[in-house]
Amino acid sequence: MSTISLHDTHHDDHGHGHHHETFLTKYVFSQDHKMIAKQFLITGIIMAVIAMLLSILFRLQLAWPDKTFPLLETFLGKWAEGGRIRPDFFLALVTIHGTIMVFFVLTAGLSGTFSNLLIPLQVGARDMASPFMNMLSYWFFLVACIVMMSSFFVQTGPASGGWTIYPPLSAVPKAMPGSGLGMTLWLISMVIFVASSLIGSLNYVSTILNMRTKGMDLWKMPLTIWALFLTAILGILSFPVLVAGVVLLIFDRSFGTSFYLSDIVFGTEILPNEGGSPILWQHLFWFLGHPEVYIVIMPALGISSEIISVNSRKPIFGYHAMVYSLIGITVLSFIVWGHHMFVTGMNPLLGGVFMITTLIIAVPSAVKTFNYLATLWRGNIRFTPAMLFAIGLVSFFISGGLTGIFLGNASLDINLHDTYFVVAHFHLVMGSAAIFGMLAGVYHWFPKMFGRMMNPKLAYLHFWVTFICAYLVFFPLHFLGLDGVPRRYYAFTEFEFMNKWLTVNVFVTWSAIIAALAQVAFLFNFFYSIFRGKKATQNPWEANTLEWTTPVEHLHGNWPGEIPTVYRWPYDYSKPGADQDFILQTTPFSETMSSNLPHDFEGNEEAERIQREWEAANKPVQE
Amino acid sequence: MSLRKLIVNKTMAALAVLFTVFSSANAFAQEAAAAATAKPVDMGPIHKSALFYVLLFLLLCLFIAIVGKALKVYELTRETQGKPEGINWNTVNAVLFALFLIVGLYGVYWEYTVHGNMILPEAASEHGKRIDEMFNLTLIITTIVFIVTHIVLFVFVYIYRSSDKRKAYYYPHNNTIEKIWTIVPALVLTLLVLKGFLTWRSIFYKAEDANNRPINIEVVSSQFLWDIRYPGPDAIVGKRNYKLTTAINGLGIDFNDKNSLDDLIADEIVLPVNKPVRFTLASKDVIHSFYMPHFRVQLNTVPGMVSYFEFTPTVTTEEMRTKTNDPKFNYILLCAKICGTNHFNMQKNVRVVSEAEYKEWLAAQTPYLTNDLRKAFNLPIPVEAAPAATEEAPAADTTATAAAVKLDVKNQLALKK
Repeated sequence: MSTISLHDTHHDDHGHGHHHETFLTKYVFSQDHKMIAKQFLITGIIMAVIAMLLSILFRLQLAWPDKTFPLLETFLGKWAEGGRIRPDFFLALVTIHGTIMVFFVLTAGLSGTFSNLLIPLQVGARDMASPFMNMLSYWFFLVACIVMMSSFFVQTGPASGGWTIYPPLSAVPKAMPGSGLGMTLWLISMVIFVASSLIGSLNYVSTILNMRTKGMDLWKMPLTIWALFLTAILGILSFPVLVAGVVLLIFDRSFGTSFYLSDIVFGTEILPNEGGSPILWQHLFWFLGHPEVYIVIMPALGISSEIISVNSRKPIFGYHAMVYSLIGITVLSFIVWGHHMFVTGMNPLLGGVFMITTLIIAVPSAVKTFNYLATLWRGNIRFTPAMLFAIGLVSFFISGGLTGIFLGNASLDINLHDTYFVVAHFHLVMGSAAIFGMLAGVYHWFPKMFGRMMNPKLAYLHFWVTFICAYLVFFPLHFLGLDGVPRRYYAFTEFEFMNKWLTVNVFVTWSAIIAALAQVAFLFNFFYSIFRGKKATQNPWEANTLEWTTPVEHLHGNWPGEIPTVYRWPYDYSKPGADQDFILQTTPFSETMSSNLPHDFEGNEEAERIQREWEAANKPVQE
Repeated sequence: MSLRKLIVNKTMAALAVLFTVFSSANAFAQEAAAAATAKPVDMGPIHKSALFYVLLFLLLCLFIAIVGKALKVYELTRETQGKPEGINWNTVNAVLFALFLIVGLYGVYWEYTVHGNMILPEAASEHGKRIDEMFNLTLIITTIVFIVTHIVLFVFVYIYRSSDKRKAYYYPHNNTIEKIWTIVPALVLTLLVLKGFLTWRSIFYKAEDANNRPINIEVVSSQFLWDIRYPGPDAIVGKRNYKLTTAINGLGIDFNDKNSLDDLIADEIVLPVNKPVRFTLASKDVIHSFYMPHFRVQLNTVPGMVSYFEFTPTVTTEEMRTKTNDPKFNYILLCAKICGTNHFNMQKNVRVVSEAEYKEWLAAQTPYLTNDLRKAFNLPIPVEAAPAATEEAPAADTTATAAAVKLDVKNQLALKK
């Protein structure tokens, strides 16, 4: 609390709260949560563009395995000798694409951006609990990004054992070129990244628990905050396990221990390691890895809950059910990791148990989907760009979620494991859905971040091309998986039965290229609007939550005067009897007598009595 | 007026950008062309074609920008004339969603019927049939949910598009409905879990049938090979010890184990139809995955750990060829776990044949044990094998192994006592 009072006095001193800031303290080593959110977002966008370009490179190889692209050699040098991407570089591309997207874009870029931006603004706090740690969190993240990208400049190339880096492939440098220095950099980058994520998450949780404004009890928090809160808890509990696993792997690689290694022979060279188990890594990795996919999707679900409610001009249907299903997903996500390991040779009894827990997690997910649909029902839907992306998210979440029911079933997983079916599944449910959640958030809160509006028409173009192309890319891939085509194959030319999929690959690659070009519309719109967009009004979407009560011009401490008090939940849209179709959270019930409902008072008898008296007195007037 | 100026400015700017890009890229191309004299590939035309595509894209951007400006001009003129805004984007997007639904549903139908026909043929194994049943049940349920929820989603989106005449319906919750759509998915999933669990158990918990013992076959993976070991007449594959690996004993077979002496090398997997087989899976270096999609068989091969997969093939290769109408059809073993540079080409041919053909094939396979290995393991070298009488060598080996089997039986008896 002392920080808050400090800020308060500070503002009194300076009137409008404008510090005498240098460029360095304002834009670089900023401790202001809004600036840190922007830093996370822009770094995330840059990483996303890099990851997207990598994906286009390997899609080129998959579509035209026999063609040469001399231009590639110009850019990639020995990795595309003679204009063809080399098999080991192909694996590096796949690996780094996955790593960047999962960790740097959809964990840090998504959760980092919106936790930083929205938590203080939506719970009514001047800043994070610890602004300095918040700054550290960003800088660790940036260092992690740089270390990861630096592996492209290493002679043996970046890590290339897949983003899950299963040992012994990742542990023994002679197993593949990418397991040399590139893998060491990957591991270092990941340790730094986890530090960033932990610092951030601890900050988010303590801010939400301790710094909510007056009246903001847990059941009045917007669903974005609930989602970001539970995401942060997931991160705190699961990321340290990854660090433990990574440290053991570093020991195996560099100090000759045998945590993951045993009975290994390369050709005739017998390695001295004895007693370890490669399966141990998989347990440690997926203990993080599975919660990780919920770390990716839950913020997106929270964001879309908020956006769908605002733009349907309707309260989110089943607010409590939405929160409980998020809590259910959080708890269950810790006991389902084994479904990634059905075919590792793990005890089949465990396979059965993990199948049960995995399919149970579909229930809260189904509840969320139905609640979204019910929110749209009889709404008055405004198709803002954010709303389009939120609707797209719901569609992807359904499509990708349903294929999860196949993969969560241990007996079906036997034939689908590590095929393109898996690729299609997670690219829809956590790739496209989470990216759409992130884009929805960017379009929705852009006015809050930059004080300007993005161009809606370019955004429509961006949405429609991306939405259609994402389906064109990922839907056909299911069928490759059902034909038994394994993922991470450099070329389909070596197997007779895969030849029939070559034309599909060409189609998918073209769709991917068009989707990638559509992102230019977003990038242009984003960067152009930062400087030249239309000036935003204070509450452009007519939303209820607290962030829209702050002035458009940013100031350190968010609110010029006192922090607002909260009286009601955030979803009073189109309430019968109200003058407007939205009622801010800061509006007391005494100002909205005509629209108050009995359950608004949560059993407060005094308030109910006053309301009854008012209604009795005003009834004739209303008639 | 200022607007027109703006357009002109924009176009001019765009043209300037185009021009600079063109000229600089052209210079680049010339430079590259000069460098290309040393190299066999002439980069000139390649740069030109790349440039062509870049220009094409810029042209598209310009076109979009012009359309955008035209729309803006249109809307502004409507505004100045005091008429309602020109284009109702809410309606446009709602209609696009409705169109997306219709085209999308057709697309899904097309995918299911066209690409759906290109997938694996029906399972060629006993347990595979149960997996296919499970798959079909899941597919039916999920397809229904997929179609219905998408229709609901996009129809709601279309019907409830924004309108000034309506107000949204304040409807925060309904506990009964929420209970229903919690319980119904839970029940459906219980059904799927139960069936899945029973299928899973039936695959991995096999009761031993003394009259129908499975054939033991060992498969050892390494970068990027599958080594296959069939048992000899004793029907048991001998032990391996990775520490015994040498240039002549690549798998590290322990020939001190009597069961190893008669083990046979095979360069393909041949299975008799309708007989259970039990694969013993191991790996030398990294994790690979033993994947035979037509039999619905997959299990990782993990160094330091031995795993087993037992199943019964039910369709011979010949039968499958007629079934799929593909005279070139072959069963295949591939690697499904990323394992290094040549992961994409780690295959082994698999044949399912009649019992008689299998016996004939097996008899033609040679044992792992060679004279060099005999020397290495201090085993007696059969006398006949030493001279150049190569044709008699296999026969000699079988007698030797037969003796070994007898020894082994004695050992086992001794153990039992």
